Amino acid sequence: MEQTPILECRNLCISYDTRGGEIPAVIDFNLKVMPGQGVGIVGESGCGKSTVALAIMQYLGSNGYIKSGEIFYHGRDMRTMSEEELRALRGSKIAMIYQEPMASLNPSMKIGDQLAEVPLFHEDVSRTEALKRSQDLLEAVKLPDPARIMDSYPHQISGGQQQRVVIAMALLSKPDLLLLDEPTTALDVTVERGIVELVKEISAEFGTSMIYISHNLGLILDTCDRVTVMYSGEAVEDGTVEEVFDEMQHPYTTGLFASIPLPGADKNERPLVPIPGQLPLPHQRPQGCFFGPRCAFFRDGPCNGEKVSMRQVEGEEGHTVRCARFEDIDWAEGDHEAVTVKSVKSGKVVLEVKDMKKYYEIADSSIMSLIKRTPPKTVKANENINFNAREAETVAIVGESGCGKSTFAKVLMGLEEATEGSVVLNGEDLAYLPVQQRKARTVGHLQMVFQNPFDTLNPSHSVGSQIARVIRKFDVEKDPEKVRGKVNDLLDLVKLPRDFAHRRPRQLSGGQKQRIGIARAFAGNPAVVVADEPVSALDVSVQAAVTGLLTEIQNDLKSTLLFISHDLSVVRYLSDRVVVMYLGHIVEQGTTDEVFSPPYHPYTEALLSAVPIADTSVEQKQIILKGDIPSAVNPPPGCPFQTRCPRKIGSICETDEPPIKDMGNGHMIGCHLDADVFAAMEPVIVIHNEDEKAS
Amino acid sequence: MTDINNSTAAPTLLSKIVKSIGMLKESPIAIFGLSLILFWVILAILAPILPLYDPNTPLEPFKFPLDGSAKNDGLYWLGTDHKGRDILSRVIFGAQQVLVWATMATAVAYIVGMFMGVVAGYLGGWWDETISFISNVLLSFPVIVLYIIIITYLGATGFNIVLAVTFASAPGIMRIVRGLVLDLRTRDYIFAAQTRGESALYIMIVELLPNARGPLIVDACLRLGYTTITIAMLGYLGLGLPPPDPDWGKMIAETQPLGSFAGHMAVVPAIAISSLVLGFNLLADGLREISMRD
Repeated sequence: MEQTPILECRNLCISYDTRGGEIPAVIDFNLKVMPGQGVGIVGESGCGKSTVALAIMQYLGSNGYIKSGEIFYHGRDMRTMSEEELRALRGSKIAMIYQEPMASLNPSMKIGDQLAEVPLFHEDVSRTEALKRSQDLLEAVKLPDPARIMDSYPHQISGGQQQRVVIAMALLSKPDLLLLDEPTTALDVTVERGIVELVKEISAEFGTSMIYISHNLGLILDTCDRVTVMYSGEAVEDGTVEEVFDEMQHPYTTGLFASIPLPGADKNERPLVPIPGQLPLPHQRPQGCFFGPRCAFFRDGPCNGEKVSMRQVEGEEGHTVRCARFEDIDWAEGDHEAVTVKSVKSGKVVLEVKDMKKYYEIADSSIMSLIKRTPPKTVKANENINFNAREAETVAIVGESGCGKSTFAKVLMGLEEATEGSVVLNGEDLAYLPVQQRKARTVGHLQMVFQNPFDTLNPSHSVGSQIARVIRKFDVEKDPEKVRGKVNDLLDLVKLPRDFAHRRPRQLSGGQKQRIGIARAFAGNPAVVVADEPVSALDVSVQAAVTGLLTEIQNDLKSTLLFISHDLSVVRYLSDRVVVMYLGHIVEQGTTDEVFSPPYHPYTEALLSAVPIADTSVEQKQIILKGDIPSAVNPPPGCPFQTRCPRKIGSICETDEPPIKDMGNGHMIGCHLDADVFAAMEPVIVIHNEDEKAS
Repeated sequence: MTDINNSTAAPTLLSKIVKSIGMLKESPIAIFGLSLILFWVILAILAPILPLYDPNTPLEPFKFPLDGSAKNDGLYWLGTDHKGRDILSRVIFGAQQVLVWATMATAVAYIVGMFMGVVAGYLGGWWDETISFISNVLLSFPVIVLYIIIITYLGATGFNIVLAVTFASAPGIMRIVRGLVLDLRTRDYIFAAQTRGESALYIMIVELLPNARGPLIVDACLRLGYTTITIAMLGYLGLGLPPPDPDWGKMIAETQPLGSFAGHMAVVPAIAISSLVLGFNLLADGLREISMRD
């Protein structure tokens, strides 16, 4: 029996009109969503995935339009619907959830009133009825104390709660299609896990179909039945999640999976393989296959001749691939440069942090507090930070927002002074030495790679002058000719052409900017480089290349790398030792193997279970943390993690700060749990049928 | 778009100017505004070599435009005023005055305002509070009162006009710059400059201000228009540039009572003022439109 799909896109082509002429954003796109099904669209930035979602909502903006093809909703072409009909459909039958929850909520309206608007607008109900239904749904999305939330303004609740409100709002009119555009990208991993579980439950409970758009393959695996992989405006592979994840046929899909660190990835057996090059701009797409120039299996002729169409994989109905020669590919022939992490022997201790504390005082300048003489509030951003880093070692600092890792970086870099304790770099205590008072050499020995590639370079100055400034500032070279030579050396080091020195930052792609950021950090032959989420803002396919470059330079120069990240997969792949932070405290530290295998701190355990993993053979224990990360202004007494801890043992957690227990070999865990509980812990991530995967 | 040859060569100042004028092509409004401004600028520059009567010499009073009955076989294109001076010549030499002093006054106001703004925005705290307080006090004065106080106390000279405009405009410029800097200072490249131990002055001048230029160029254009009006207004009130040099505002003030039978004497300088101010405003509008599109 053939069911009518809820939504179907047929040969959809979408273009934008810009100053440079017409830009095709989506080309020849097909999609079918059956009732109750979850369909994932995965791809990197600029691949057209969000444009598809906007086209489905018929919301392309003034310069976007559907050039050809059809979108059918329940068998009716949406392009023939009137503006009136579309308005009735949007938000009622088709609902969309965006990336930024705060942007989807009206900041000047109470949440209850905003929610009630939906049924009031789309259905003929009374206000009391609408409010009641809103409150019921807030309960359904598992928000604590729905009555209070109904009466709050959006800024009074946390990001995770906001996103739950947005989901409740989308569900209010019982839509049969839910569009989720990167719904969890702005949230922390442990909060993301809760939202993903909620989305899954909802689609099962309400029978809602979903289109889930994400760049994260792991999330797609978790939530969807089918998946479409997009590249540069085209679907390149389409099939069930199992087909695409286990028997991928397109070189781009294969490349994507090879460039993300999966738990099965091994530095020697299955090293990370970056995809060379970068996404083509829409007006510079090559002839034939758009992926051609980056493909290791490119053949002159079939790959750069005629337009490549989607073809079915033999014996797998519904699994289609846009590759001219996927049947003929010999997967062994690709000779990509793999990211290998040489195990360098770590040397002497370079950086020693001892009992470091950083407190901020927030002065309340309101008139009431002046009258009442309330003492200023103290924010304990860092509490008793203790760890060492050795020469040539990679130490990962892992934690979610508000864990104090940025404050720690600021103290280290000399932008803030520590409140107590010491930070010793090569025998010199820097804890109370602001950066202006440090010697140029010391400053050059301690540098940083920043998170956001779009912010890391000053847009007003050329790349070369920015690197040159660093060289002069660190007293590496003074002579203009030698400085120029050194700039060229550094560009060589980060594998960029030398004429990039004349370019402006806006002429560079995100990955290239981040390479310049790395060159700048390594200009003064640093002893310690702090990398704050250096690749999290980059596209998946260039992440591996930048990470690889960073570690390669670090190995060659024997620098110590402090790698700040929330992505445990990358951390596991790269680092020698891991420090896990939560709300200003170090809750666990040890070698990578120790931290990633039991015994765990309950927070580490939850983090590990929250990381989305794009591997069907991996089984993760499900630990979903309640609520959100508490504010550092008002931390809970006792153990910082006690408000969310699934292993809380009782009142001792609420009153006493947990002792730091040595599990052997310097593997430290700060927790009240007994030794036998730790001993009985099971691994969170289990990899099944390893031999099958090896092929 | 990314022509390799083009993008690899280090850009020269000339190529930059050519490029930015090329960008103006996308906005007809900006082109029209710029043409109006250039019309006056070129006339002002060429004034000494144009075949004009001396602007301050009385010839024959009360001649109407295109009156060919001049004694010396000449032609009064725009007529003469009540003292018999050639209006065309006075308008063109007046343009010289107004353009020089308006540009100078705006530039000085900008230097002071930008410095105040970047210090308040970047250093914050005590600096911010003091500078903002001073600005608020200055902004609370009615602008005209401020002008009259300054000029009547210090005398009507070009320098004092610059001073008065600076007092009136710098607080507004400071607010714009402060707002921009508050946003820019959170960028990673500022953090990067701080972590390599750059001085606050270096960060303010090299790292922050160049990135605030977009909105400031638009505002500067608008402000040039305001300053033109201000100078004309001061001239009209008798507080303008010292006589006998021609001043558009004063030209209107002197001849206004005769408007009923010799209207051209006041109308010509009035049109001159409006067209120049319109030019600045349209250019600012066009620039804003272009910058929004990117």
